[in-house]
Amino acid sequence: MRSNLLLRKLQMAMGITLGFILLSQVFALPAFAQDGGPTDDDVNVIARELYCPVCENIPLDVCPTQACEQWRATIREKLVLGWSDDQIKDYFVDQYGPRVLAEPPAEGFNALVYILPPVLFAIGAFILFMVMRAWKVEPPTPKGKGVSVESEDPYIAQLEQELRRRDE
Amino acid sequence: MEIIDNSATENYEESPGKTSRPKWGVVLVWVFVLGLLAVLGLGLVRTQRGSIRVGDRVPDLVLTTFDGDEIDFADHHGQIIVVNFWASWCKPCEQEAVELEQAYQMYKDQGVVFLGVDYVDTETEARAYLAKFGITYPNGPDLGTRISQAFRTIGVPETYIIGPDGRLAAAKIGPYLSLDEIVNQIETVMAEYK
Repeated sequence: MRSNLLLRKLQMAMGITLGFILLSQVFALPAFAQDGGPTDDDVNVIARELYCPVCENIPLDVCPTQACEQWRATIREKLVLGWSDDQIKDYFVDQYGPRVLAEPPAEGFNALVYILPPVLFAIGAFILFMVMRAWKVEPPTPKGKGVSVESEDPYIAQLEQELRRRDE
Repeated sequence: MEIIDNSATENYEESPGKTSRPKWGVVLVWVFVLGLLAVLGLGLVRTQRGSIRVGDRVPDLVLTTFDGDEIDFADHHGQIIVVNFWASWCKPCEQEAVELEQAYQMYKDQGVVFLGVDYVDTETEARAYLAKFGITYPNGPDLGTRISQAFRTIGVPETYIIGPDGRLAAAKIGPYLSLDEIVNQIETVMAEYK
């Protein structure tokens, strides 16, 4: 009798538990994967190629000002709309001018940024070459030339003669 | 042998033509260095010039408003134009926003044109700012920062008053502290051109 009562209670408990599990499955919200919206990394890929004119020398991805936060929000908005990286950069150039780009276009005065370094390097190499050439020591004068020098100075000529005599 | 080496050195020194650099090369290097210095100097002068000065002619500019209208400064020659540079992220700009609108309401029927130039801002926040402070005079973004570059602004807020002759009549760097300050400046300019 006692074991039957225990078994019945156990069955009831199991039934209730099973019921809860089934109910939780019915009312549970389906867990979907992320909807693929732009992440901070996606935004920063573009942001690090832009500079806000207000915050000089600080790339947009690390700039802490409110203006830069707004810019990053704009990038996110454009990414949600499906704009490409280039379209977004072009938008910022249209709005704020080419100076917002980390790599300015090679046009007009900006072209100097691309032309000057190689030209300066070439000039430096040329100067270095000229200096090295000036440092180069002349090869020793041939023996014949030494003889002619000997004959010009009587003291040296005599000294040379003495040395030669000793060698013999 | 050493004696012969010395004579060789003497010969080496006596023939400088062999070691001197070609003259065209030196000239080229100097031309380039001077050109570079000139470019750097011009850049320095440009950055040190500061804002546009009173009496300077203001170049003809076009402001495209948030509503899409194009306002050409040249169309308002003969009128006083108040150009205010602002941004939604600029806290000091908020100090003068309401007063500028009040001044606009006072002078709009007296031929004074008010224009707001939104500097390095985003449109959503800019529109919210205009709504928040009830600003009704024409406002638009500084596309390509062309207008602020023409005025050589150094920040926001800045306000420039252009006289009827197209020359800068007055300037305020920083926020106006009261409506009276705005009114005084406009009245002074109006008196100058009477």
